[in-house]
Amino acid sequence: MQPEVIQSLLQIGPTHYLVLGATLFSLGVLGFLVRSNIIVLLMCIELMINGAGITFITFCRQLGSLEGQVFVLFAMVVAAVEIAVGLSIVVLVFRNRSTLDADKMEVLKW
Amino acid sequence: MVEGRQVFDLLWLVPAIPLFGAIFNCLLGARAGNLIVSIVGCGSIGLAFALSVCIFRAFLDLPPEDRMIEFCVFQWIAAGNFLAPIDLLLDPLSMAMITMVSGVSFLIHVYSVGYMEKDKCFARYFFYLNLFVFFMLTLVLAGNFLVLYIGWEGVGLCSYLLISFWYEKRTAAAAGLKAFVVTRFGDFFFALGIMLVFVQFGTIHFHSVFEDPAKVIDSRMAMWIALLIFAGAVGKSAQIPLHTWLPDAMEAPTPVSALIHAATMVTAGVYLVARCYPIFELSPVSLQIVGITGLLTAFISATVALVHTDIKRILAYSTVSQLGHMFLALGVGAPAAAVFHLLTHAFAKALLFLGSGAVIHALHDEMDIRNMGGLRQYIPATFYTFTIGALAMSGIPGLAGFFSKDAILHATFVNGGFLMWALIVITASMTGFYTFRIIFMAFFGEKRWDVHIHHPGTVMVIPLVLLALLAAVGGYMGVPHVLGGGDRISNFLAPNFGNPEVHATAEPSNKGVALAAEDETAVVESEEAAESEKVLEGVTAETLAEGEGHAPAGSPEMLLMLVSAVMAFSGVGLAYFFYVTPEGREVPAMLSDKFGAVYNILTNAWYFDKVYKAVFIDTYMLMSEFFWKAVDTAVIDHAVRGVAGSLLGGGSIISSLQLGLVRWYATVMVLGAIIIILYI
Repeated sequence: MQPEVIQSLLQIGPTHYLVLGATLFSLGVLGFLVRSNIIVLLMCIELMINGAGITFITFCRQLGSLEGQVFVLFAMVVAAVEIAVGLSIVVLVFRNRSTLDADKMEVLKW
Repeated sequence: MVEGRQVFDLLWLVPAIPLFGAIFNCLLGARAGNLIVSIVGCGSIGLAFALSVCIFRAFLDLPPEDRMIEFCVFQWIAAGNFLAPIDLLLDPLSMAMITMVSGVSFLIHVYSVGYMEKDKCFARYFFYLNLFVFFMLTLVLAGNFLVLYIGWEGVGLCSYLLISFWYEKRTAAAAGLKAFVVTRFGDFFFALGIMLVFVQFGTIHFHSVFEDPAKVIDSRMAMWIALLIFAGAVGKSAQIPLHTWLPDAMEAPTPVSALIHAATMVTAGVYLVARCYPIFELSPVSLQIVGITGLLTAFISATVALVHTDIKRILAYSTVSQLGHMFLALGVGAPAAAVFHLLTHAFAKALLFLGSGAVIHALHDEMDIRNMGGLRQYIPATFYTFTIGALAMSGIPGLAGFFSKDAILHATFVNGGFLMWALIVITASMTGFYTFRIIFMAFFGEKRWDVHIHHPGTVMVIPLVLLALLAAVGGYMGVPHVLGGGDRISNFLAPNFGNPEVHATAEPSNKGVALAAEDETAVVESEEAAESEKVLEGVTAETLAEGEGHAPAGSPEMLLMLVSAVMAFSGVGLAYFFYVTPEGREVPAMLSDKFGAVYNILTNAWYFDKVYKAVFIDTYMLMSEFFWKAVDTAVIDHAVRGVAGSLLGGGSIISSLQLGLVRWYATVMVLGAIIIILYI
């Protein structure tokens, strides 16, 4: 590898942030698809939201506008609310069904 | 008391009072109690009768040429050039009709008070009965076709309601339905006839239509109008082929049979044809059809009456037969004779029905004359009045039926030909036989019943006596000239049926020739009649005016009268021989054995009902079943169910994708997203 390329890789730039965001998002998706514990699923959702958030911030820095930051702030608020509601549902589900396995929760189908 | 012409302004009250009675009995009757209901019910009709008598007296004071009073109650429909006011027309014909209708109705109402006293629906009964009288009076007083049609349908409705009065009884409900449907079949054509009249004349007003119809329509169009109107009359007056409803209508309470199905409603058809006579006169063909229908009906139903054993059905067939006589009279150009017979028949037949009602009442609803007998000693008042009615009905000289029937027979002989005359004379003899068969089987011989006799109360006997009086002397309004009478009825009705003088001199018996051109005897006879008319030309003009187109022909008429009287007596005598004398007792059974085929035809009423059932009802049932099973169930239901089922099936396939697993949904979502991204 040429030194300039190594140099540019070591230099932390937008690419790194985008890769980080994409990785986080993919890990979230992957985790959501393979795990069955509801709490883990909620955590995976958080991962995806934050992955998307990092991507937003990156582009907002890159383009020099503030809309991305506004979006991220909103997303964080929504995520906090979502986790509050989600966790209370999880607690109730656990009390009623004594399990946190998402695959066992299939009664709401026709 | 209102004087002079003013009394005519009260004409509208004649139908209005019964309407008031009907409304009262409908709304308050159930709460008012039987006494008040009977007072209102009978009283309203009695008032209407008293009023029509007053009007009648004032009417007689008018000179004959003024005897045509029109009275507009209010303008009802006015659309463009179509005007339909509620207007009433008082002329000799409607005058005679309202007097008869209100009078007979009054007597029958009074009788009903006794007959129906135990019935729990007393008020409903009088509501229907009063309503019927209202519609009937509207019908006969109508001044245009539409008002007549209202009355026409109204009486049909009341007939339906009263036939099915005991609606818990299946047969009664079915009979009411049958009567309604069959008469409606005729009414449909009548409605078409009215429309045709409006199209041709531009008005439905009687006076303008009948003033000179020849100016507007030719004989072909007159034939169509006449036949359509006649179809309505056939249904209402129970003529062949629409006569089958009347015998079944005997499910009604007996006073109803007397009022509606003998005296008034069924004669509405005769009234209608008489009313529209100017149109019928324009078309000899239509008169011929009317006459032949009447003749066949008279003959066929008389034969059926010979063998029936239900007292009311015998009388019903007798009614059909007598209505046939009236149509025959109309057909052979003697409308005055028809109306005369209508009136005398109304008295006699109402009397017979009420008498049979008293018999049925006495024997606790027994209607089979085979289970009667010997009633003479038990209910003598009913026996005597019934006998007077039967004598009048059979045409025994001196009583009402004789004069009117004789007028018909004479007109038939002169205008219809020998064959028609012979048939109607045989029918006259059968009339004597079947009426006296009832008398001999019900009132004579040994008693074949063991119940406690219900004696008819005074309210039932008084109408019987009054009607018997009318049936006995009613004929004297039309005693023919040969017997020294004045033939006042045709004189009275002369303004209605054109100017007979013109017919008598200008076109002597042309109808007779036209009617039976192929019947040579008839031609000879009518020529004879014409000759004898010439002989009689010296007679005063008044006599000619009263002669209904064929002034009395002296001795031939006497001879005819003698023949018909002999035939009537022979019928009565035969009934006496068959049902009273010991030698004759076995003859009826023997005859029915020997002529089993004929007997079967007669007891089955010439298979009219069976044929209609096979042709119309069964076909209709088959069609219904076809449409039910083949079309409705197979096609329509399957189509609807198919659509629903395919949606359901498709849905169940798709719904199998709904596993309820969150991660499965997420996987599908991700895959979808990936596909979309790849596609972009």
